[in-house]
Amino acid sequence: MVIKMIQVNGKEFPWEEGLTVAELLKRKRYSYPKIIVKINGTLVEPEEYASTAVRDGDDVKAIHLLAGG
Amino acid sequence: MSIENKQSARRLLKEYAYSLGMIDKGYANRTLYIDLSGNTILEKPVTQEMKDKFTGGKGFGLKYLWDAVTPATKWNDPENEIVIANGPLCGITQYPGSGKSLVVTISPLTNMPVDSNVGGYFGPFLKFSGFDALELQGKADKDVIVFIDGNKGIVRIEEAPVDAADSHVLAEQLTEMFADSEEDKRNISVVSAGSAAEHAYIGLLNFSFYDVRRKAARLKQAGRGGIGTVFRDKKIKALVVKFVGVKGNLNHPADQGTVNRTGIKLHKEIHDLDDKQNRMRKIGTANIIEIMDEYDLLPTHNYKFGRHKDTYKINSYVFQDMVTQGMADGCWFGCSMSCAKAADNFLLKSGPYKGQKVVVDGPEYENAAALGSNIGVFDPQVVMELNFYCDTYALDTISFGTMTAFIMECYENGILNKERTGGLELNFGNAEAALELIHQISRGEGFGKIAGKGVRRMKEYFVKEYGADPAFLNDIGMEQKGLEFSEYMPKESLAQQGGYGLTNKGPQHDEAWLIFMDMVNNQIPTFEDKAEALHYFPMFRTWFGLNGLCKLPWNDITPAGNKYTSEPAKIPEHVQNYVDIFSAVTGKIIDKEELIRQSERVYNFQRLFNIRMGYGKRVHDKIPYRAMGPVTVEEYESRQERYDKQLQELLGYDPVGKSTEEKMKVMRAYREDQYEKLTDAVYKRRGWTPNGVPTLEKLKDLGMDLPEVVKVVENNL
Repeated sequence: MVIKMIQVNGKEFPWEEGLTVAELLKRKRYSYPKIIVKINGTLVEPEEYASTAVRDGDDVKAIHLLAGG
Repeated sequence: MSIENKQSARRLLKEYAYSLGMIDKGYANRTLYIDLSGNTILEKPVTQEMKDKFTGGKGFGLKYLWDAVTPATKWNDPENEIVIANGPLCGITQYPGSGKSLVVTISPLTNMPVDSNVGGYFGPFLKFSGFDALELQGKADKDVIVFIDGNKGIVRIEEAPVDAADSHVLAEQLTEMFADSEEDKRNISVVSAGSAAEHAYIGLLNFSFYDVRRKAARLKQAGRGGIGTVFRDKKIKALVVKFVGVKGNLNHPADQGTVNRTGIKLHKEIHDLDDKQNRMRKIGTANIIEIMDEYDLLPTHNYKFGRHKDTYKINSYVFQDMVTQGMADGCWFGCSMSCAKAADNFLLKSGPYKGQKVVVDGPEYENAAALGSNIGVFDPQVVMELNFYCDTYALDTISFGTMTAFIMECYENGILNKERTGGLELNFGNAEAALELIHQISRGEGFGKIAGKGVRRMKEYFVKEYGADPAFLNDIGMEQKGLEFSEYMPKESLAQQGGYGLTNKGPQHDEAWLIFMDMVNNQIPTFEDKAEALHYFPMFRTWFGLNGLCKLPWNDITPAGNKYTSEPAKIPEHVQNYVDIFSAVTGKIIDKEELIRQSERVYNFQRLFNIRMGYGKRVHDKIPYRAMGPVTVEEYESRQERYDKQLQELLGYDPVGKSTEEKMKVMRAYREDQYEKLTDAVYKRRGWTPNGVPTLEKLKDLGMDLPEVVKVVENNL
């Protein structure tokens, strides 16, 4: 079986049917509260994470806004 | 002993009267110099050139320190100074985070300049009393207190033979002694160290502010680099400043309206967004404990790992329940970020104050990681108790945690044993032994006497006395330039390795924290991208220290519209806020480019100061391998899938059938080479030679081609 991939922050990540932004963040263990998510350059608001599908081949950016400890 | 008896034991050594002045556009335009050897007190003018080249704060401190010392000066020579400076924006009450002091000295850990920033009221009160900086030089014969009365215009040096040593007692006593009433206590700020600073090289300074709701003198710390050790070596017991009459316009800004409007905008952001973002008002910087664990960044067992199954026991919500909520926890007036959290009525279970209920200032993230996960302690009560004792004894929590973690790894590898530690079983997680160690350090006794000298000197001692393998100790001893690493795991972020290693004072994250941009976001993939980040962020963050500002309101709250900006990591709206308030206070109109150049002037000056003292070149920017990759088989195999994948993808090296040792060797060669390439790129971006020396062209471009600075460059090209 060929594993389908998406790009997450420029690196490959396996894709599955039904994958949402919320599920993707969970799988990546991205728990930081200040994250900006863009799919193919389009911003996704936090309240839409659960309902927004990630499609095969999508380029997802999950930018963590922390440049200072 | 009563306050009255302590007062009567005082002997006045010197009294100096000065004329009260008026602050003009953020500057008092003079500084105060005190020589404790001869009890000389002088005022010095601040020139326009000094403001243009050094701005203020850390810039002024480094300038004075440069003038005071020679390349041969050691930390405990009389000519070494402690300089405490505020900065032109320090003391404004409209914009959060505007009460910082910057402290510099020649460090006992690094033998070159160290700088540390600290909250509390001393810096602003010093300015309102008439001074942009305080220089302390020389050594007193006996313990002294320096008192500044900012309303009467009097400076006094008094012998203080019977005052307490530890800060939580001393700050309370001196606040009471110098205040006329309970109401007056808010007008007092005390700078003090503690008993451990008399023995250890990792001594800190506590700066107090009086918490009117708790009716307690709270403490903030200038933690890094052993400044408290220098303070006690000069036999200074405390500095006390008193100023009555704080109000919002004492800086006499050129444009008060802009200062007010910019502050209101940020207050609103904090009010509306903090609960959804970093919860700074509830738990301060400790909000990231479990986040660092999630991302494998929480230093655990001397930075071997970045995560632990028991982190939930010391996560931010545990500490949130321990600290008192709903208090005005700003360490300067008007800071609505209010992150200086504290636990009240904390019952101590060990040490000289056992059985007492005290206020514990903290824990901040660094404390929780240093005194918790990094030494394998996951008991929040112990973390708090260590936090309390570090503060009152005057030990840097970061250095104490990192050096205890190092000791524990040495213990578990047989380099140390019960005989060598005087009976302390210093395995990871032994909280009782860690507590006993801190008490020994405070008394300068037993193994504590050795430990308190820091990781670098322990490495030398263990090699010489116990025949330890120097290569192994250099790999696992998390220090660079003599300073212990702060509490982030940099192994998987090359940019953060640079953020620690390619710094002026040593591996402290206050110059650059790039782990998410690099390791998680993958926003800076090339060497040039990383070098740009390692130029911009250190310069941007240096600027806070020139102005008496806290960096937390820059990026621990984010405007709602930040996500729509082209460079969200920089938080452009907040950068513009700083440009606006600097211009508004000083009347000198700057833009965001000039802001960076102000920092570059001081940053390059500090680099050349290091070089002048015999350090600060490429060889000094190397970091221990533990900061870069897995030193031990245990570490590699704990993340084998990750490392094997990297070997395949990055090097085309097939790990199948190879031993862990073989794979580690290949991995190490690769990572060390990456760090060298990063170093090349960063030096180039900063305008330095391949050996890390700022070029004459760079200095000329910045207007920093001062004769004494040029001479250092010419001697080192």
